[in-house]
Amino acid sequence: MKSLCQHFPRLPLFEGHGLKPVPFTGRSISKAFIAGAIFAAFLAPLAPLAISAQQNKPWEKIPIPKLHDFKPQQPKRIVLKNGIVVFLQEDHELPFVSGSVLIPGGSRDEDPAKTGLVSLYGQAWRTSGTAKLDGDALDDLLEAKAAHIETYGDDDSTALSWDSLKGDADQVFSLALDLLLHPKFSAEKLELAQQQAATGIVRRNDEESEIANREAAKLVYGPTSPYTRQPELATIGAVTVDDLKIWHERTIGGKLIVGISGDFDPVAMEAKLRAAFEELPPVKPAPARHDVFAGPKPSISFIDKEDVNQSNVEIVGLGTDRHNPDVPTLAVMNEILGGGFASRLFQKVRTELGLAYAVGGGLSFAYDHPATFRVGVLTKSASTVDATKAALAEIAGLTTRPFTQDELDRAKDNILNSFLFRYDTKDKVLAERKRLEFYGYPADYLETYKAGLEKVTLADLNAAAKKYIHTDKLTVLVVGNGPEIKPGLDELKLGPVQAIDITIPMPGLQPGKSGSAEKKP
Amino acid sequence: MQSRMRTAALVLGLAAAAMAWTGAQAQDLKNFEQKITTKVLPNGLTLIVCERPEAPVFSYSTFVDAGAVNDPSGESGLAHMFEHLAFKGTSQIGTTDYAAEKVALAKVEAANNAYEAEYLKAVGRDPQKLVELKKAFKEAEAEAHKYVIPNQFTDVAERNGAEGLNAYTVLDETVFFWSMPENRLELWAWLESSRLADTVPREFYKERDVVIEERRMRTDSNPEGRLFEQFVATAYVAHNYGRSNVGWPSEVSQINATEAMEFHKKYYVGSNIVVAVVGDVKASDALPVLEKYFSRVPAGPKPEEMTTVEPKQFAEKTVAIREATQPMYVEGYHRPDYRDPDDAVYDAISDIMSNGRVSRLYRSLVRDQQIAAEVVGFSPYPGDKYPGLYCFIAIPVPGHTPAEIRDAIHKEIERLKAADVTDEELAMYKTRTRADLLRGLANNQELANTLAEYQTRYGDWRELFRQLDRVDKVTKADIRRVANQVFIDSNRTSAWIETVAPAATGQKAATAQKDGGAQ
Repeated sequence: MKSLCQHFPRLPLFEGHGLKPVPFTGRSISKAFIAGAIFAAFLAPLAPLAISAQQNKPWEKIPIPKLHDFKPQQPKRIVLKNGIVVFLQEDHELPFVSGSVLIPGGSRDEDPAKTGLVSLYGQAWRTSGTAKLDGDALDDLLEAKAAHIETYGDDDSTALSWDSLKGDADQVFSLALDLLLHPKFSAEKLELAQQQAATGIVRRNDEESEIANREAAKLVYGPTSPYTRQPELATIGAVTVDDLKIWHERTIGGKLIVGISGDFDPVAMEAKLRAAFEELPPVKPAPARHDVFAGPKPSISFIDKEDVNQSNVEIVGLGTDRHNPDVPTLAVMNEILGGGFASRLFQKVRTELGLAYAVGGGLSFAYDHPATFRVGVLTKSASTVDATKAALAEIAGLTTRPFTQDELDRAKDNILNSFLFRYDTKDKVLAERKRLEFYGYPADYLETYKAGLEKVTLADLNAAAKKYIHTDKLTVLVVGNGPEIKPGLDELKLGPVQAIDITIPMPGLQPGKSGSAEKKP
Repeated sequence: MQSRMRTAALVLGLAAAAMAWTGAQAQDLKNFEQKITTKVLPNGLTLIVCERPEAPVFSYSTFVDAGAVNDPSGESGLAHMFEHLAFKGTSQIGTTDYAAEKVALAKVEAANNAYEAEYLKAVGRDPQKLVELKKAFKEAEAEAHKYVIPNQFTDVAERNGAEGLNAYTVLDETVFFWSMPENRLELWAWLESSRLADTVPREFYKERDVVIEERRMRTDSNPEGRLFEQFVATAYVAHNYGRSNVGWPSEVSQINATEAMEFHKKYYVGSNIVVAVVGDVKASDALPVLEKYFSRVPAGPKPEEMTTVEPKQFAEKTVAIREATQPMYVEGYHRPDYRDPDDAVYDAISDIMSNGRVSRLYRSLVRDQQIAAEVVGFSPYPGDKYPGLYCFIAIPVPGHTPAEIRDAIHKEIERLKAADVTDEELAMYKTRTRADLLRGLANNQELANTLAEYQTRYGDWRELFRQLDRVDKVTKADIRRVANQVFIDSNRTSAWIETVAPAATGQKAATAQKDGGAQ
């Protein structure tokens, strides 16, 4: 059989060469990242140039009919008497049924001395299996049916998901439910997960963009923040089977969000889910978090990597969260800064200067904590200073070079005309509703957000730039090949260049000597 | 290892799977026959329209049967360069005055040629003259730039709701794609047909710098990129599959716009292009619109097939990279192209060897021996149109070496050669293949790409479903026979990274050397 184009997305290599960097998955063993790839980008003052000189715009004569009526199908939301929320999204196109359970609590809530616990839990939960059926037997049973049950650990949640052909749906659901309620964590599978995690840890300095992403986030949040602290061989080694059990007991009583989609009978499915979940104890609210987000001090940091010929430049600061009423304005500003080909950053750094393949950035928003402001540029060693200066100038230009009506119109067109791709499949609608439920946003958030985007004015943009863009609250990180970077980073005049030590602590080994990690610390 | 429960579960599973699939394939094909309309235009271009009105959007895929494998000798990276050029606009979009711009672009080309001629002089290159020629080139470029409206092509697409706008060039093909609201179908047809038919070498040399930056990112500065470039370059002695598809630095840095436009003229002809549209479109309404615009693509003969056939490998080859990064292992064995009757047998081997936690390689190397964090077997690589490689890749866990990994993989290969796979393994392959095929049908973009690819490679999109016949016919004996044919020492190339401390490398990785090149 012919392989589809992204048949092997694990290795960036298989993706071919594209016009734009795609957000690659990276290796599963190391966190995916790739710098500024698909973020936002910043400005080039080219927009008004000469457009009036163009005589003839044949594309504007092409009629654009009214869009077909479309009301995305919302899932049915059911609140069980214990507080668990269920969403049912029917979709009869193909004979599959899939489901998921989202559980509050993630790596930001784990003991810092055991950083990595939730990630290990996410693996060992599924690979261990249950008392009735161990993980290996579960693999055999499911794969013979082309079905899947998987578990995950994330920074604010863990999850269990399943999918199968319709005919196997009842059996697979029972197995998933058994795994949800009666897992049996095994020491052997924890050890396997620890080994895989250790493989990721010792390799985390191999790829430049991985280093840049990780260290840039640490500069914004601080190295010990729950959002950036990193697993070490010692912290993953400290995790025990009891820790996994305790974690499970601690989180499983939270407000679970169950989502089912696919080819099922809604009445029967609702009854089945009520039978499965309604008798569980009332859900316990998640404890409130009290994180402090100070943001970085202006500075310039450098990490030397001798085997590269390209620098990863990251210009970062603190972002915001989606509760902020300025978010629609900021989204428009991001589009102008780095949202697409016409954005200021792309136009200037890539198109006009030819200094980068990947350039982009913007001020991003998370649902329940401030995300980051981030602009990234990948450029050859020799042009590091030029590209950094150009990117910094575009950022600063947000407050000094007023936004134009043309930029505003373009950004709104870009965002609003593609807005329906946020809900053009039933699965996307379901995922959005689960997300809003999880973070406590109203179900009509997307409509409100869209209305907000439509109302953004030039005055809003200029005010937002003044309020949120402070170059004295940004820090610059460069990962690259020191001797090749000429002129040097001191040319940027951002103060003394601070070297960041990224040596991986190897318990029981000489510092700096990479090699075997303890198999079972 | 095998518990009673596992056996019981498997038997039940197989029975259920067999029932679920009876007749499914014919049904799916019949179902799609009703949704899909194809039309070959007089210029040879094939249109495929698939009606899937789930939401008022559509996705398209323009599949050009030309990729990096078609880069002429000395011009590696050309197909990819052209792909980037196809986003720079046409004589109507992206320019303030094309008549004047055309004259200016000709001067850019002449200035570049003059510079290159001096640069490439083996004897008597004049450094002073080189500086002057470079200056003249930059001036010509600046003059041409006066007429440019940067990124107007993509700007129009994005303002009209284009989502996921991108393209990629691999060895076998070049593919352009995005999704849009359905009411922009005609606008899209204008944009897409314009850039296929009326490409202009605008901002070519700046874009070349962007592409070289892409090479630095994906290959030079990436340990896996370096390893794989060396691996395929070693595995092939004659065929273009051994060549870097982003291009060797010295070549990609000297590609010129004239060469790119010649490539366009030869390969971007109707007979070499399939365009598939999937989504909320009605074939009866859409086809006349598509026909109107895509008829503008020039007709031309299907480009001739290449004559080079990779000679049979008779000596085992190895590449050892010693550097400060963590170890990795890859090996490959030459196999036939995708039209080979055994194509599905290779897929069966991949499924059994490396698909998921039930696979042989996972259970042996990851779970039981605990020497690898990840291991996969797959084919074909680096392409499928011509004979590719069957590859194994593994990432050792800390403390284990590529040599241990290699030996463990070879042990599993020997097992495959010495004894039949089980009935359960074979059935699992067939079940999973069918399910994966079905799962891929629910996504407009994926379906557009797949239909265009099958239409190109087999001359009929229906092969997407018909291939299941070949899947069904794979036997245990086939797997054993193919394993014995292909997985032999003299047919193997292996490459690995051995970790050495930075001080001991003696020299920097080859990839960190200065770029060669004209600019």
